[in-house]
Amino acid sequence: MLLVAPAVLLLVLFTFAPAVYAFVLSVLKVQVTGGLLGTSTAQVFAGFENYVDTLADPEFWDSLGRMLIIAVIGVPATLFFATLFALCLDANRARLTGIWRLAIFLPYAVPGVIASLLWGFLYLPATSPIGGQFIDYFGNTGIFFAVANVATWGVIGFNMVVLFTAVRAIPKEIFDAAQIDGASELQIALRIKLPMIAPALSMVALFSVIGALQLFNEPTTLKPLTNAISSTWVPLMRVYSDAFVNNNIYGGAASAFTLLVMTVAATVLVNVIGNRISKRSAR
Amino acid sequence: MTQATIDGRGRAARASIGKDARGGREQARRAPGLVPTIILIVGSLYCVLPVLWILIASTKSNGELFSTPPLLPSFSGSFWDNLAGILTYDNGIWLRWALNTVIYAVGGGLVSTLIAGAAGYALGKYTFWGSKTIFRTIVAAVLLPPVLLAVPQYLLLAQVGLTNTYWSVLLPQLVSPFAIYLCKIYAEASVPDEIVEAARIDGASEWRIFHSVGLRLMFPALITVFLIQFIAVWNNFLLPFVMLSNNELYPLTLGMYGMIMPTGGQPNQYSLVIAGVLLSIVPLAIIFLSLQRFWKIDLLSGGVKL
Repeated sequence: MLLVAPAVLLLVLFTFAPAVYAFVLSVLKVQVTGGLLGTSTAQVFAGFENYVDTLADPEFWDSLGRMLIIAVIGVPATLFFATLFALCLDANRARLTGIWRLAIFLPYAVPGVIASLLWGFLYLPATSPIGGQFIDYFGNTGIFFAVANVATWGVIGFNMVVLFTAVRAIPKEIFDAAQIDGASELQIALRIKLPMIAPALSMVALFSVIGALQLFNEPTTLKPLTNAISSTWVPLMRVYSDAFVNNNIYGGAASAFTLLVMTVAATVLVNVIGNRISKRSAR
Repeated sequence: MTQATIDGRGRAARASIGKDARGGREQARRAPGLVPTIILIVGSLYCVLPVLWILIASTKSNGELFSTPPLLPSFSGSFWDNLAGILTYDNGIWLRWALNTVIYAVGGGLVSTLIAGAAGYALGKYTFWGSKTIFRTIVAAVLLPPVLLAVPQYLLLAQVGLTNTYWSVLLPQLVSPFAIYLCKIYAEASVPDEIVEAARIDGASEWRIFHSVGLRLMFPALITVFLIQFIAVWNNFLLPFVMLSNNELYPLTLGMYGMIMPTGGQPNQYSLVIAGVLLSIVPLAIIFLSLQRFWKIDLLSGGVKL
């Protein structure tokens, strides 16, 4: 079909070709050749050497650990609050829901980098209106919450709206029937609405996990404001600094591929768990 | 505007009918209605206060930023100084960055929406050799981390001499797997086979059916896809970060990041950056909130059921 052609062409040129190229790079290395009379460099096949280097580097695992900590804080918080707000918006007697929905949606219109700059000022002791003088947002544990908070703040409204629309799609007759059976509104929310939006929830969870694995903007933007974030703080920052700062594109590509394998594994896992849960609640 | 917004129309009517039927019980249990409202107010404060703080902070000079109470605005006239400061910073480069952002986000958003619309329509309405495989491959591409692609994209574009140009930021973003996925779902749901058939019987070419029937029916979805793409491009930090070295080509995000970067935590430009942050949030927020009735996010949650 002609209509798919531009998409496929661009995808091949700018996504698949680079991905293949990245894989090729990840199994190459530079060798210095020529002894006494001037040196030249050549790319030679390295096998899995770069991968071994990546996996043997403790800093790689540390950066992975930091990313996981942020994901463990940020993903459940995003899911919990987005669901809570969505259910509250749909609650029968909630007031002025249009205004609250707009307000919670607002951060989505703020680009991630701008949001990080903004929160950076809120965290800085000198300018903080939220107790930065007393709370060390850039401390050893604080930094994880600080980064997770910026990420959560940016996506909570979007996820809330997705879940809210899912709640709205449930036929109203079900609620009426439950009410006649004497169910309270809280019971309806927890026992009917929540299980019925499980598919939407698992999709939101999936996107949150992918988002967490690709964490880059927030820590990179906060970095100039604090010493707590190193240039290899999360895996993608490491890939970036390998490739563009240390001129080791081969090692960077290998780290990126290792990460890709982990992303795919995590995605499959979330998908399987999500399917289990929605199947169980369908029964 | 309260109900008939993001989730589409018709809800308001249904909800109010439901309420009437339960009128009696409603009176008896008014108090618990406070709880959801309070939770929503707290959530709104969390989301809005940082933006309000930026507004407050932008009224302060650099000195006042560190000496006055953080939550009180200053009326020393520094607000205008800051605005003038950011607009004239480095010969007005902030405006150049703003213009670049518009080029990247609007241009990239429009073209990628059209491409995704065409691909989504084709994948949703026709089955042809390989169409399932193509769709699955496209969706799987969501998983590729942008940094993985950034290195080879840079190397490939460098070979054709396109790095450090507008193209280097625009081209890689023209096709978005997520947008294609949304368009396919929406095409399946909103372009009925009967209409396509009828048009075919009337002798319309497939191309004509696409642009006068398909595109028209998909229009509401395309607006949402455009807004999502616009935000995605405007959010993309890594690609311009990698591709551009000439700061005249920077988008706002990269430019302002650079403004805090060289000082390395030395706060002499903070008030300017704060004014810049304000200037870049407010127009965008106004545009997005005023366009909100065009958002059709139900197509996101609708997709889950298919």
